[in-house]
Amino acid sequence: MTELRPDLELIASLIPDGVSVLDAGCGDGTLLAALQARGVHGRGIELDASEVQKAVAKGVAVIQGNMIDDLPDFPDDSADYVILSHSLQMLPNPALTLQQIMRIGKYAIVSVPNFAHWRNRLCLGFTGKVPVTKVLPYQWYDSPNIRFFTLLDFTRLCESLGLRIEKRLVVRYGGTPTWLTGNSFFLANLLAEQGVFLLSRKM
Amino acid sequence: MQVSERFGPEYEAIDVGEVMQVTPAEPLRLDCGVEWSSFPLAYQQYGEMNAAKDNVVLVCHGLTGDQYAASPHPVTGKPGWWEFMIGPGKAIDTDRFCVIATNVIGSCMGSYGPKSLCADTGLPWGLDFPVITIHDMVRAQAALMDALGVAKLAAVIGGSMGGMQVLSWATQFPERVRAAIPLATGARHSAQNIAFHEIGRQAIMADPEWRGGQYVQAGTYPAKGLAVARMTAHVTYLSEQALAEKFGRGLQDKKAIGYGFDADFQVESYLRYQGANFVKRFDPNAYLYITRAMDYFDLASGYGGNLAKAFKRSTAKFCVVSFSSDWCFPTSASRDIVKALTIAGAAVSFVEIESDKGHDAFLLDIDALKEVVGGFLGSLDV
Repeated sequence: MTELRPDLELIASLIPDGVSVLDAGCGDGTLLAALQARGVHGRGIELDASEVQKAVAKGVAVIQGNMIDDLPDFPDDSADYVILSHSLQMLPNPALTLQQIMRIGKYAIVSVPNFAHWRNRLCLGFTGKVPVTKVLPYQWYDSPNIRFFTLLDFTRLCESLGLRIEKRLVVRYGGTPTWLTGNSFFLANLLAEQGVFLLSRKM
Repeated sequence: MQVSERFGPEYEAIDVGEVMQVTPAEPLRLDCGVEWSSFPLAYQQYGEMNAAKDNVVLVCHGLTGDQYAASPHPVTGKPGWWEFMIGPGKAIDTDRFCVIATNVIGSCMGSYGPKSLCADTGLPWGLDFPVITIHDMVRAQAALMDALGVAKLAAVIGGSMGGMQVLSWATQFPERVRAAIPLATGARHSAQNIAFHEIGRQAIMADPEWRGGQYVQAGTYPAKGLAVARMTAHVTYLSEQALAEKFGRGLQDKKAIGYGFDADFQVESYLRYQGANFVKRFDPNAYLYITRAMDYFDLASGYGGNLAKAFKRSTAKFCVVSFSSDWCFPTSASRDIVKALTIAGAAVSFVEIESDKGHDAFLLDIDALKEVVGGFLGSLDV
């Protein structure tokens, strides 16, 4: 078993053995294949046909499709966990997709870039340009990211949708945790390049 | 047993290979109500069965295909229709799997069909042969698997009408299928497809040599009607782009249009050639029966119109594949299957392969097709 990329490892660490998982935007199925080795019943959705082919060859059940058209087909409560990794910022209606995945899964694991990271703040504040970083490596005119938001913004959205944040992990580029922030959300919103959230429905 | 059949306008006798006389424990009950206590079914085997007999991949053919999936066709002498897919180290790897390809009932390559002789009269059944369905074809295959001692298939795979059989297997015998690969198919035949089939059938029946289906007795053969049926159907297997690229408005062996009705254009010449060759290897009445079986296929109809219900009992892994330029069985038809499988909670993979070759793409040596099928089968434990 090859080692997972740190960001995938972090997500995998939040998922117990033997549960059912829907990975929305699963790429080549690396994470699902690793989870399946732990008895997880995995399914995936992926836009890119060549990535789907790779996933199928790993024995992972992946549908070539997109979140907007294909998530609605999944019945209520049909997965224990739904993973939405680095996709929310690319979606036309992030709130709707978030509601969809919380309808399908009892839990959701959502990772998002933090636009309020201090480097982005400096770049915008002092150079007057839209930041181009390792996490957000695109020029404004060719970026797939159409939504720019911060960890604070995302937390607000979760609250407004009635979702409970079970865990909030603040991480650096690549997925290693940032320990500097302690329990301070103000510091997290300043120092974290990304956030990984474990969400559940409020009863 | 080895069987010989007669083909084409000359009724040439040709050996069609291995045929099993299948006698199921219970008579085979067709959807139309007729029961068969025993019937011949032709098949070819590639690769060896393991001791547990759990490595069998059943390959289902399309409308005019047959059991010669990976060996030369005895009538045409051409390579098997899926030779590039089946063999040692290929996508359907015969070093691992035992491939069995049958000829469907209703067809004309040794399996029970309208060309078979009725024991009472000693004459070909013709239109007295019962109308068969896709589900009937699959029940006949299941009886063959019983006879061969195969309790559960490692996989069942096929394109177009073969894909319909795959879906029928997964729903009629969910406990006997571990993996299902329906390619370029749909859960029901569309109105447009029924329409084209009807044109084909009418062309055959309008040929005076058809003689109400009794052309064998009359010593005639509706070659022209069958050729027109093939020409019509063949257009639906291609795409506009494929036709434009292959022929355009190119003229056939001439520099200018001929102001007549000979085959001026290359595309006309090509279709005439397709039609003329087809009649040498296929039976006109079999064409009527098999197109009808496809027309009648509507998987959800037995489940109150709810396709997801059809798959509720299925525990198989599915790999659904469509081709982008296929207008005979478009991607939307595959997506309907995927949608139903998703609702049913099945483990389903779906890939749309980019191709400009139309419906025929599943019969063409395309890398992506080999990679998807090879990868999916490779991930199965056998």
